[in-house]
Amino acid sequence: MTGGLLVLPVAGPLLVAGLLALVHHRWPHTTRLDRVVGPAAAGGVLVFAGFLLAATSGGAVPVLQLGGWQPGIAIVFAADTFSAVMLAVTSLLVLVSLPFAAALGEDEDPAFVPLVLVLLAGVSGAVLTADLFNLFVFIEVMLVPSYLLFAAGGGAERLAAARLYVSISLMASTVLLAGVGLVYGVAGTVNLGELAGAAESSPAVGFAAAVVLLALGVKSAVVPLHGWLPQTYSRTGPAVAALFSGLLTKVGVYAVIRLYSVVYGGAPRYLWVIMAVALLTMVVGVLGAVGEHAMRPVLIFHMVSQIGYVFVGLALSTATGLSATVFFLVQYVLVKTALLMCAGVVEHRYGTGDLDRLGGLARREPLLAGVFAVAALTLAGIPPLSGFVAKLGLASAAAAAGHHLAVALIVGVSLLTLLSMVKLWNGVFWEPPDEQPGADGDAEPGEASAAADGGASPVASALGSRVRPLVLAPPLFLAASAVVLGLWAEPLLSLSTVAGADLADPAAYVAAVTGR
Amino acid sequence: MTAALVVGLLVASGVFLLLRRGLLRVVLGFVLLGHAVNVLLVSAGGMQRRGVPLLGEAEADVAADPLPQAFVLTAVVITFGITVYMLALARAGDPGATTGEPAPGEDADRGGEAADLDQRTEGGPS
Repeated sequence: MTGGLLVLPVAGPLLVAGLLALVHHRWPHTTRLDRVVGPAAAGGVLVFAGFLLAATSGGAVPVLQLGGWQPGIAIVFAADTFSAVMLAVTSLLVLVSLPFAAALGEDEDPAFVPLVLVLLAGVSGAVLTADLFNLFVFIEVMLVPSYLLFAAGGGAERLAAARLYVSISLMASTVLLAGVGLVYGVAGTVNLGELAGAAESSPAVGFAAAVVLLALGVKSAVVPLHGWLPQTYSRTGPAVAALFSGLLTKVGVYAVIRLYSVVYGGAPRYLWVIMAVALLTMVVGVLGAVGEHAMRPVLIFHMVSQIGYVFVGLALSTATGLSATVFFLVQYVLVKTALLMCAGVVEHRYGTGDLDRLGGLARREPLLAGVFAVAALTLAGIPPLSGFVAKLGLASAAAAAGHHLAVALIVGVSLLTLLSMVKLWNGVFWEPPDEQPGADGDAEPGEASAAADGGASPVASALGSRVRPLVLAPPLFLAASAVVLGLWAEPLLSLSTVAGADLADPAAYVAAVTGR
Repeated sequence: MTAALVVGLLVASGVFLLLRRGLLRVVLGFVLLGHAVNVLLVSAGGMQRRGVPLLGEAEADVAADPLPQAFVLTAVVITFGITVYMLALARAGDPGATTGEPAPGEDADRGGEAADLDQRTEGGPS
C-alpha cells in the first residue's frame, strides 16, 4: 500500500459529511439516506483499515509527506500496526453505533450523521498523524462535532453537562496547545520522527512533552484527571455516550502511548509515574463505581478503571506489556460499548437506569439479559471470554517485569469489577423490583416517562412492548465479538504482538517518518 | 522577557476568570488563556528575528520562523469557533429563551453574570 492513500480515511468521511450537509440543505428530510450513507462511509474506512493492517503487519510503515515538502517540514501521515488497529476498531465502532442511534431515534437531527462522520475523520487523522501540532488539530476536529452531538436534543441537565464537558475539553486543549508550543520552543520541531528519543536525552523536552501528556491525560480520563467523565457521559444521549466511550478517550490513550513510545523512547526513568497513575486509576475507578446506583454511572466509573489497565502495559514498556495493552484496548473498547448500549436500551425503553426502580428484566428481555451478561463477564475477565485473555496477558507481562503489586491489583480490581457487574445484574435483570409504592415519588418528572404511565409502581412492571430485536443487534454483535476474540484470540494476539514490538522499538516508524 | 511577562499576566487573569461563577466569565477566561498560548507559540519561534518570512523579502538569517505563525493562525480559528459555541451554550441554557419561564433549579447552575447578560440582551433593541 502506498502512503499517498493515507489521506483517505480523513478526507473521505469529511467529504461525505459535507455532501450530506449540502443534501440536507436542499432536501431537509432525508434520514433514510443518512442511514445508508453514514454506515457506508464508516464501512469504507473499516475496509481501508483492513488493507492497512495487512500492509503494516508485515513490518511496512506507509508514510505520506503531504504538500511535497521535504520530510521534517511536510505535514506527515504515517501508519504502523498500532495505528491500523486503532483505525479498524474506531471505524468498526462508528459502523455499529450509527444503526444503534438510528434504532433509538437519536439520529433524527439532520446534522447527526454528518457530525459523526466529521468525528470519525478527526479520530482517523489523530491516529494517522505523525506530527504533534496536527495531533492537536485532529483532536479539535474530533472534539468540535462531539460538543454539538453532546448537547443535541437539549434539556437542562444535558446542557449543564455539556457546559462542563466543553469547558474541561477546552481547558485540556489549551494545555495541549501550550505543550506543543513548549516542545517547539525547546526542540525546534513538532515532527514525531525528529522528536524520537528527544525527551529521554533532554530534560527540557521531557518537561515540555510532559505538559502534552498531562493534557492527553485529561482527555483519556486517568486519575486524578478523571472527575469530568462520570459527570458528563452519564448525562448525554445513550447512543452518543456509547459512541464517545469508544472514540474520544481512546484517542487520548492512543496519543499517550504513541508519545511515550516515540518521544520518550520508552524511557525507564519516568515509568514509575505512569505505573502509579495506572494503578491509582484502576483502584479509584472501581471504587467509584461502588457508590453509584444507576447503570450508566457504574459503567462509566468502570471505564475509568479499565483505562488504568491499559496504562499498566505502557508502564511496563516491554514488548509483551505493550502488546498486552493493544489487545486489552481493542477488546475493552468493543465490550464497553456493548455494555453502554445495553444500558442505553434499558434507559430508552424503561425510562430509567436506576437500580432501585428496575428489576426482573431477565425474564422479560432474555436476549438483552444475555448480551449484558456476556459483556459484563468479559469486562470482569472471566474465561473463555476476551477479557480473560487480555488480563492474563497484562498480568503475565507485569509478573515477568517483577511488578507484583500490579499483578495483585489486576486480579483484585477484576474481582471488584465482577462484584459491581453482579450488582448491576441483580438490580436490573434478576431480583424482582422493590415493591415500595411512593418510593419513587421523588424521581424527577420527565426523566421517566414509563414510570409516569404506570403510576407509582416500579418501572419494570409497567407493561408494554418489549425491546425490538433490531435495537439489540449492535450490542449483540459486539458481545459476540468478545466471545470470538476470547475463543479465537490468535489473529488479534499476533497483530498486537507486532504492534507491541513496534511500540517497544519504534525505529522503523521513526525511519519512515523522517525519511532517513 | 516581555513575552514571558505577557504570557504570565494573561494566564493569571485567565485562570482567575475561569474560577469565577458564571459561564460568561469562564468563556472570557478561556479567551485570555487562548491569547496566552498564542503568545507562547509565537515566542517559541524565537523573538529576535522579525523579518517577513517570504523569499526575496528578507534574508534567511533575519526572517521570522513561519511555522509558529501558522500554528497561531490555526489555533486562533479553533478558539474563535469554540468560544462562539460556548456563548451559544450559555444562552441555550436560558429557559426564558424558549418558554419565557425560568425552570426550577436552573438559576443555581448558572452564574449571576450569565443572567445579567441575558437580561441585557433581552432588554436591548432586538
